[in-house]
Amino acid sequence: MDDLVGVWVAALLTLGLFSFLYKDNPYFRFTEALFAGISLGYYIGNELGNTLRPNLLEPLRQDFSGNLHLLIPTAMGILLYARYKKSLAWLGKYSLAAYVGYYAGYNMILKLHGEVLPQIQSTILPLNQFSAKFFHTDLIILIGVLAVLVYFFFSKEVKEGELSSQVFAKVSVLGTWFLMVSFGAAFGYTVMARISLLIGRFNFLLNDWILGTFARF
Amino acid sequence: MNKYKFPLVLCFFFGTIPIVAHFVNVEWVTAPSKALNDTWMPIIYVFAILLGIVNVVQNSWTKIKRREQGWFYAVVLLAGLFSMGFFGFTGAIWDTFGGTNLRPDGSATPFHWMATHMFIPLQSTMFALLSFYVASAAYRAFRARNLSATLLLIAGVFVMLGRVPFGDMIFSWLPGAENTFSGITEWLMDCPNAAAQRAIMIGAALGAASMALKVLLGIERSYMGKEQED
Repeated sequence: MDDLVGVWVAALLTLGLFSFLYKDNPYFRFTEALFAGISLGYYIGNELGNTLRPNLLEPLRQDFSGNLHLLIPTAMGILLYARYKKSLAWLGKYSLAAYVGYYAGYNMILKLHGEVLPQIQSTILPLNQFSAKFFHTDLIILIGVLAVLVYFFFSKEVKEGELSSQVFAKVSVLGTWFLMVSFGAAFGYTVMARISLLIGRFNFLLNDWILGTFARF
Repeated sequence: MNKYKFPLVLCFFFGTIPIVAHFVNVEWVTAPSKALNDTWMPIIYVFAILLGIVNVVQNSWTKIKRREQGWFYAVVLLAGLFSMGFFGFTGAIWDTFGGTNLRPDGSATPFHWMATHMFIPLQSTMFALLSFYVASAAYRAFRARNLSATLLLIAGVFVMLGRVPFGDMIFSWLPGAENTFSGITEWLMDCPNAAAQRAIMIGAALGAASMALKVLLGIERSYMGKEQED
């Protein structure tokens, strides 16, 4: 019975969101507001259970004196709320600065070491392996990466009679072709992912809700 | 040094910790960075997330108090937030009602029930709803007006046909051409798409790294609020 109530709740909420396809209406707006509220509530439970509990509450419960250093980030977190008192608002900036600063430094290394260098390494391959794969994949990737990078970084005004700027312009046009293929592929991929979700919802409404309810009685 | 300059020093200090830890691989340097990454920053992050939720509650409450247009939907939002948040908060902190996951006997806790029958269906329906708008956007974008738009159209069509069994069924009557669409899709994804994505990734990562450097050096300080941008 508990399951059936759950299926009915899910089905009515699903229909509420789908009702927007007809037009904006109170049923949709009710469901939308409920979704926003429930999402926030979900994140409260999720973050408290998966982040705050194992990193702060459990260590303090088990060994308070041994984990006193955890009170510093707790105090920094609480300081964020100082923004609600105008005279103390500046205190919140200390926590914010530490948080932003740490992740700026962390991301700088992560991006350079984890993305830029490996991507360059995978692109610039030795030219001594002239296999079929080299011509139909590796070479095209190399040309594509260089062309798109030229489009991004070296775009400059095309001047009549200046060979270098005309070469750059031609290469960056090639870069836009690669970008267009990529955007088309990404778009097609997104359409299919959304259609797949849509089929999933219709499947739920037909099998779990309508046929499932008939099967119960 | 006044109270507005000190946060910039703090930002630089905390920012250099992971950078130094990356280059100096000794315990007394890497341990603080690991502690910051594993516990300190996630704790601050939770407080920041809750700050956002407090802000939503404040705005909704103001809307209800002033009886602004659509105030009833603010009541619904708060009802959803407080009911789910209550079970989430009590379940996560004190394991009330059996916690936030399934109970040992397999029955659902209130938080898990609401997540399964309300949050997840609503989330997937919201994304599914976008398929209609994506389809209408595709109708406008996929027009062969010039070479670039034609490339977009061809790539999109091939990927859409290559991802479903119908695509391969089109040429299944031709011997040796059974996997035409899925094969072309695979090549499109692994070759020209990978090339463009790789270049985008390199460009974005270089941009993010230079922005991070600007933040650390105090050149970019918009995150501190308006009065400190000058």
